[in-house]
Amino acid sequence: MPPELIVGLPGTFATPGFSSALHPDPEPVSPPVLVARALSRDFGLRHAVREVSLTLARGEVLGLLGPNGAGKTTTMQMITGNLAPTAGEIQICGIDLLDHPTRAKARIGYLPETPPLYRDLTVDEFLRLAARLHRVPKARVVAAVAQAQRRCGLTDMSARRIGALSKGYQQRVGIAQAIVHEPDLVVLDEPTVGLDPNQIREIRTLIRELADDHAVILSTHILPEVETVCDRVQILHQGQVVYTDNIAALKQYRGGHALTIALRRPPGVEDLKGLPGVRNVETLSAERFRLFHEADTDPAEALVRRSVERDWGLVELTPVETTLEEVFVHLTQSDSAELPAP
Amino acid sequence: MIFTIAAKELRALFNAPLAWVVLAVLQVILAWIFLVSLDRYIALQPQLVQYPNPPGVTEFIVAPMFGSGAVVLLMLVPLLSMRLIAEERRNQTLTLLISAPVSMTEIVIGKFLGLALFLFAVVALMAVMALSLIAGGKIDFGLLAANVIGLTLLGGAFAAIGLYISSLTANPVIAAVATLASLLVLWLVNMGAPDPGSVLHLISLIKHYESFAKGVIDTGDLAYYVLLIALFLLLAARRLDRDRLAS
Repeated sequence: MPPELIVGLPGTFATPGFSSALHPDPEPVSPPVLVARALSRDFGLRHAVREVSLTLARGEVLGLLGPNGAGKTTTMQMITGNLAPTAGEIQICGIDLLDHPTRAKARIGYLPETPPLYRDLTVDEFLRLAARLHRVPKARVVAAVAQAQRRCGLTDMSARRIGALSKGYQQRVGIAQAIVHEPDLVVLDEPTVGLDPNQIREIRTLIRELADDHAVILSTHILPEVETVCDRVQILHQGQVVYTDNIAALKQYRGGHALTIALRRPPGVEDLKGLPGVRNVETLSAERFRLFHEADTDPAEALVRRSVERDWGLVELTPVETTLEEVFVHLTQSDSAELPAP
Repeated sequence: MIFTIAAKELRALFNAPLAWVVLAVLQVILAWIFLVSLDRYIALQPQLVQYPNPPGVTEFIVAPMFGSGAVVLLMLVPLLSMRLIAEERRNQTLTLLISAPVSMTEIVIGKFLGLALFLFAVVALMAVMALSLIAGGKIDFGLLAANVIGLTLLGGAFAAIGLYISSLTANPVIAAVATLASLLVLWLVNMGAPDPGSVLHLISLIKHYESFAKGVIDTGDLAYYVLLIALFLLLAARRLDRDRLAS
């Protein structure tokens, strides 16, 4: 989805405390799939989640990003009714989750961090059970199970016992379980953790497909994952939302502004500094350097040309990927400047 | 929805070898008791006819067999009830039920019904064994029915207590041991109370079974089991709900 479509979405509030500003918003025609306002959850004295607000419309994929222990899982457990929030409210398609839990839960599909699979059942049996539990009418169960299996690529595995499946297929069964009743909201907690790269790619493709007719929330601590599958991202840090925006804006933060290079016959540091756009040079070893550059100029091309001209022997050129932690540091430091004030 | 969960529990029981082993062992033990008392009845029959009102074959064979069945159930139910919630909690599969549009009460009642149906099958097999006596004589259907009802209720009470204890822990073995201990305590609690009016008789699991064994369906005893089952199911549902709320 191009960014301009996302920016204007109704009710996209960014920071804690913003919920009061929601009031003057015009009522949308159909309520968003998920509205969570100022969710907080304490465990004893520890504030696991503080004032987290989320809004999600059909067709969107929202990424919840954060390091381990940031409150992603707690937030998802609250949205799916597995955990009661200490404060805040949750509406699924306009139905209050806390007041009408069964009606609201019928519209949610949830894949927890550990997929809740009965290992003794076959894929077919398990998905039929999941469909029945989610109140799929008896007459439609077989069709619903077949469709979920088709979407998750499980058709050939339908008669296999879940316990005998590989981790990747078990994960797919977990996702199939979450979508078998055609929920409005699909909540996936770390759906790609522990999978091999091929499986990760398949699952990501599947999630993108799901977004066609569901609203999807997924959590991850892997930055590139958010970029490939999500339309919007909320970054949680120590239980609070530190960043809400579309993906394009995140990419800017993440863009690096640094290159790691290795040269067989390095010139002096001054020569490197003379490259256009280079702000600073850090010497990593005799042959390896890190070039810091301005956000809008990439000195890579000039560097390669000069390396050939002057025979520096360029053997490595890697853009430095900003880690999640660095993004956090950046975000928390630039808090007042770049985020709308609460 | 309750029946979906009950059916799932029954299926889980029969998917594992435990249920089959339990059924087989139970049948062997009870058949042995049945055979021995039948043997004794045949040996004693010539003397019994001299009494003015001799005990019938049902009273002589079936009631003691159901009494032994009660003891066997006491030991078996903890093995069957331990996994109901504790194992789901350990395997983190409880999330499937809690995320589904199902209330905690429905989850608990469904799980209870699943196990109760299994126990009813055990009792039904015993009834079939007793009915085989028709081949050689007349049996007292009223007494048999009272025994079936009594043992089913007793098994239900065991199951409800086991289910509640299973909801307290994530370790099935601990659930099994604690359930067995609790059942034994509730079974034997009136042993040291010679006074027939003692409150200990009131809470004893076995005391209320005695009238059923004699063929009497006492509403008080009936109410005791029904209330006991309801109480522990309610406690289990509250315990599950507390997982969601606890801090």
